[in-house]
Amino acid sequence: MQRFAELLDRLVLTPARNGKLRLLTDYFRTVEDPDRGLALAAITGDLSIASIKPAMLRALVAERMDPVLFGYSYDYVGDLAETVSLVWPEPGPERRANRTPTLDEVVTKLQTASRSDGPTVLSALLDSANIEARYAIIKLVTGGLRVGMSARLAKQALAEFGAVDVGEIEELWHGLTPPYIELFAWLEGRTGKPERTAKAMFSPVMLSTPVGDNDLEKLDPADYAAEWKWDGIRVQAVSEGGVRRLYSRTGDDVSGAFPDLVDAMDFEGALDGELLVGNPAEATGTFSDLQQRLNRKTVSPKIRDRFPAFMRCYDVLMIGGQDMRALPFVERRPRLEAFVAELDPTRFDLSPLAPFTGWEALDGMRKNPPHPVIEGVMLKRLDSAYVAGRPKGPWFKWKRDPHTVDAVLMYAQRGHGKRSSFYSDYTFGVWTGPEGAEELVPVGKAYFGFTDEELKQIDKYVRDNTIERFGPVRSVRADRKQGLVLEVAFEGLNRSTRHKSGVAMRFPRISRLRWDKPPNEADRIEVLKALLDA
Amino acid sequence: MIPGSPSLSPGSTYLLAMRPRDLLHPRPEGLYCPPGDFYIDPVRPVERALITHGHSDHARSGHRSVLATQQTLDIMALRYGADFAGTTQAAALGTPLDVNGVSITFHPAGHVLGSAQIAVEHGGIRIVASGDYKRQADATCAPFEPVACDVFITEATFGLPVFRHPPDTHEIDQLLKSTQQFPERAHLVGAYALGKAQRVIRLIRDAGYDRPIFIHGALAKLCDYYEGEGIALGELRPATVEGGSKGDFAGAIVVGPPSAFADRWARRLPDPMSCFASGWMRIRQRAKQGGVELPLIISDHGDWDELTRTIEETGAREVWATHGREEALVRWCELQGIAAQPLHLVGYEDEGD
Repeated sequence: MQRFAELLDRLVLTPARNGKLRLLTDYFRTVEDPDRGLALAAITGDLSIASIKPAMLRALVAERMDPVLFGYSYDYVGDLAETVSLVWPEPGPERRANRTPTLDEVVTKLQTASRSDGPTVLSALLDSANIEARYAIIKLVTGGLRVGMSARLAKQALAEFGAVDVGEIEELWHGLTPPYIELFAWLEGRTGKPERTAKAMFSPVMLSTPVGDNDLEKLDPADYAAEWKWDGIRVQAVSEGGVRRLYSRTGDDVSGAFPDLVDAMDFEGALDGELLVGNPAEATGTFSDLQQRLNRKTVSPKIRDRFPAFMRCYDVLMIGGQDMRALPFVERRPRLEAFVAELDPTRFDLSPLAPFTGWEALDGMRKNPPHPVIEGVMLKRLDSAYVAGRPKGPWFKWKRDPHTVDAVLMYAQRGHGKRSSFYSDYTFGVWTGPEGAEELVPVGKAYFGFTDEELKQIDKYVRDNTIERFGPVRSVRADRKQGLVLEVAFEGLNRSTRHKSGVAMRFPRISRLRWDKPPNEADRIEVLKALLDA
Repeated sequence: MIPGSPSLSPGSTYLLAMRPRDLLHPRPEGLYCPPGDFYIDPVRPVERALITHGHSDHARSGHRSVLATQQTLDIMALRYGADFAGTTQAAALGTPLDVNGVSITFHPAGHVLGSAQIAVEHGGIRIVASGDYKRQADATCAPFEPVACDVFITEATFGLPVFRHPPDTHEIDQLLKSTQQFPERAHLVGAYALGKAQRVIRLIRDAGYDRPIFIHGALAKLCDYYEGEGIALGELRPATVEGGSKGDFAGAIVVGPPSAFADRWARRLPDPMSCFASGWMRIRQRAKQGGVELPLIISDHGDWDELTRTIEETGAREVWATHGREEALVRWCELQGIAAQPLHLVGYEDEGD
């Protein structure tokens, strides 16, 4: 338990991906079964423990300390789990455990506790733990570790730990259960690779590389087929022997959020495609519409009716238990067409091919796509097999040019690690309000896109033009006369109720520093709003 | 265990003649003693100042005369120059002095080198102004001694039940473990220049780390002074890059004042891991907001358990709590049946650590 608690504390404060990976691989290396597997499950969200309500936790503390002192403490800390972990009175020597329980002991006790004895079991566990371990226990029972570690990153750590490709982990993942004894045994080279025994498992997705300068010159257009690149999320629909699963491109099971689509998966096979909302024959919804359905464990009927999910199919991986992946694209494609023709047309359609005559013509097509939910074109080599990962050559993506806006730097925050002495995260805004009373409204935040030399220049500008400081954040002088204009590139806009501006940018980055441009010539919010309505 | 209990007998004159607040009370300049005509830790220049310790919010320059421990006087001279006061007088720990008929005794406070509590006794009342203090063992200063008193003036920097400092050795183990886990990164430890920095360095040495430790220039004079006072800190090197390269700091421990984190100074270090030695690091959000990757919960102030234990040990019937979260400590005293009130002194850093 102690090492798990320390791991959580370190992960929360470690911003860098590589730092997190090292913390986790070291943990796997030094902690034994089954604790390491349970920790993994806790991080990936695969550990099921009956939850305890915050009110129950408060009631347990109220039995143990003065409510006024607890009130002062909670007001100061602001987080219930953390407050309780800190103020929980250490039991007297007669009740003190002689050691902190292991994670396995904690999980077993919590999983076997009945509803009525849950609070008693929890308080006994808290009595047996120190501050860090208490915090971890409370986080386990209140749900949501929030350590900034995605399931994807955890799988990456497993891959590094065992020196295998992350695709292999993703492929196996849904056949495994905590505490993953056989997985660790394989990764440590003590046994062979676990068998794929479960039904409807995930197959690692084939990804494309962006078209770079001069990439196409060497290639013959006649070797490639083109398709539109749809702006949804990439999914894999697998149905086998009555088991139906919808996976994200990293192998996370997202079936729960899309019961309407899963209901229509009455086939035996595996499809690769883009998840979108709307009615495929009539109207394809925007990414902003799709977001109404994302990141939900369950979905209300109302939302389901308003934003019905469907899948625009790119490829077929399995048909009736037969693996199609080794076939070349030209042979998979007719099979895909025949397969999709049999499915519910309101839930599945085919991503149409986009015939083109040459690279120049294709360049024109990707810059001016026929539909707003298209973000460019895909190129697929006719003779390419479906392979895991991102090999360069068989598949390319060629996106339309990003949108850009001229915005004014408003706030700058210090970075982390190598950038901890630099103001490297920038919040920028555009003008709003009537003429003569314009003010800036923040529209986004970006922390890359500039060179190291430009970073130094902006850092100096921030230090020289600071008007206020809030901890690691500085507000920078930005008015009609003085301010730094940043050309910001972004992939798209979503409507946002959380931001004052009403918009949220996708993938914003700094594309140019406009030292030359006076701030009053930066863009107005109407320019962005117009994009939303397009 | 408790030296010299105050000689109070029933019916002694103090009940009639003197109340504690007549002996010490706050004024804009600081805590004032009318019969002795002196201030304790005044924040503005005064005629006569008694100083508990060398931190700059307690020890200011420009007083006509200063009474403090020799080490505090030395530290003030280092920080402000030899002419920081008109005249100075060194107080020996445990030896009563007479100041205008008021008996004054300095007792060790365990806060930083030279730190002392000041016991003020007059008319049958003893008040102990503890300045800042802690109870955890610290090889760089004399340990706190509880002094029996009628009124105990306690700091309340960490006066909330959430503040519970772990053993400092545990925190140093975390630091050393991280230098092994991330050997390519410099570990930049933020620690205040007086007291905290030397304690952290000494703890690192006591944990068996014998490589050179690099220090920011702001620490040099005080580290030298500690060495001169017999506190061995091992090999210290200036964290300068002249004649070297960034790679020299890979895996190294670099100690600097917390402000150096954000400073361009830190750019000489390869991918620095920011570590901050402070009691505030107990609160995750504090660490996160400050961009601290490795919080080290090491404080030169007592935590909640130390504060409450100390109040009990002094046997004080009345407690005045100052600079910090007084309300919780006052509440705790009420629950124990001890009279308590916040003492509103201006000019001290609540955030000091």
